[in-house]
Amino acid sequence: MQGTGHRVVVTGYGVVAPCGIGKQAFWKGLLGPGIVGAKTVEVADWDPLPYFANPKEARRSDRVEQFALAAAHEAMTQAGSLPYSAARMGCIFGTGIGGLRTLEEQVITRVEKGERRVSPFLVPMMMSNACGAAISMRYHLQGPAETICTACAAATHAIGNAARLIAWGRCDAVVTGGAESAATITAVAGFANMTALSSTGCSKPFDETRDGFVFGEGAAVFVLERWDLAQARGANILAEVAGAASNADAHHITAPAPGGTGASACMQLALDDAGLTPADIKQINAHGTSTPLNDQAEAQAVTSLFGVPTPPVTSIKGVTGHPLGAAGALEAAAVLLSFEHRLIPPTANTTTVGSDIHCDVVMGAPREWTPGPTISNNFGFGGHNGSVILSPVS
Amino acid sequence: MSQELFDRFTKTAVSLLSVDAGKVTREARFKEDLEADSLDLVEFVMALEEEFGVEVPEKELEGITTVGQAFDLIAAKTK
Repeated sequence: MQGTGHRVVVTGYGVVAPCGIGKQAFWKGLLGPGIVGAKTVEVADWDPLPYFANPKEARRSDRVEQFALAAAHEAMTQAGSLPYSAARMGCIFGTGIGGLRTLEEQVITRVEKGERRVSPFLVPMMMSNACGAAISMRYHLQGPAETICTACAAATHAIGNAARLIAWGRCDAVVTGGAESAATITAVAGFANMTALSSTGCSKPFDETRDGFVFGEGAAVFVLERWDLAQARGANILAEVAGAASNADAHHITAPAPGGTGASACMQLALDDAGLTPADIKQINAHGTSTPLNDQAEAQAVTSLFGVPTPPVTSIKGVTGHPLGAAGALEAAAVLLSFEHRLIPPTANTTTVGSDIHCDVVMGAPREWTPGPTISNNFGFGGHNGSVILSPVS
Repeated sequence: MSQELFDRFTKTAVSLLSVDAGKVTREARFKEDLEADSLDLVEFVMALEEEFGVEVPEKELEGITTVGQAFDLIAAKTK
């Protein structure tokens, strides 16, 4: 990654997702069946108590923050003791929305019981920077602690910016990732009424009959460190953050730029940042939301940049649904797991690639591969594009 | 002091403040003994208002630092 020349690696990560809590359970879920017949997919029987000192502390955290802290716990445990000064460690976190469940509950309380019954914890629970703030407080990270809210591109932007803080020499370690838990009745209605949700309740990215996304939730958290410092402390180095990029369509609040030109430019910028060419990319972890417009634009961006045949393209959203701002985090975790297991997870539910999609979509069964540089894309309402390139470390 | 009222007060404190019932004594100080900060207390008073069907204006909470003081304030309003 460009900057002052510091290379950046991942030394720990953790995952909370509907298909599995903990990264190996998540991986198993990614190889399992996709979602059918549901508008939303949520973490079942979630118990936050193991991640908090007492029930009071758990109750003061919105579900999205509970997910973030649980994933952070797994990530920090794997990374082990970080020997850096607190001022040299930061937290750059991503979320699309924040504590929407708390806000919705409290709006109902206010309507039913009046203003005097609105919780004094509403504000710290609903604010979109709550997850990153909680991680910074819990692990005493006194460097930059900032939250990125670029809708569904948030976590990918967070990972890129976190890595850059290290590359530029500002930080020695940065905790990053994203979390989301926003499928309230009102939000689901909003997405449904804008016809973004699948009317058949099936997430099938790039399929001929794709008709929208299924609303997901979850979190993934990563510990990034300067490569030389991680090596010096004997850390287990899992992958390199080789490059990242961010740009904007400046076209439309929800629709992608025609032809996926913004997305294609973004991927090119990430390649330049990593010092790679399209031929170096061995897997594309797509945004692939299962909406007709997104998948078409993304596929056009991929074919315009990589040519045909493309590198293998997969979208995990057939299983995870679309967890908005957490998408890029879950997907980066999926990439790391695909390095470890030497398999590319299939695009669940997808059986017939759309006639408008000219990509090598991995579907049906996981595909064996020799792990290589992988680009993960995310695009957000507002025209935000994000790409990050992760590379295995030999 | 009505034991029944104090038991209800204690139950609310246990559930809202995540403390053991044994710690909820008249002498217990909210901040030092029950680890309740100012936001905890606001939430706790709201819960007491619901539990006892009373209203406690913010002004009356000034100077209240112990369980006994808070209980007396609530108990006086339930008469």
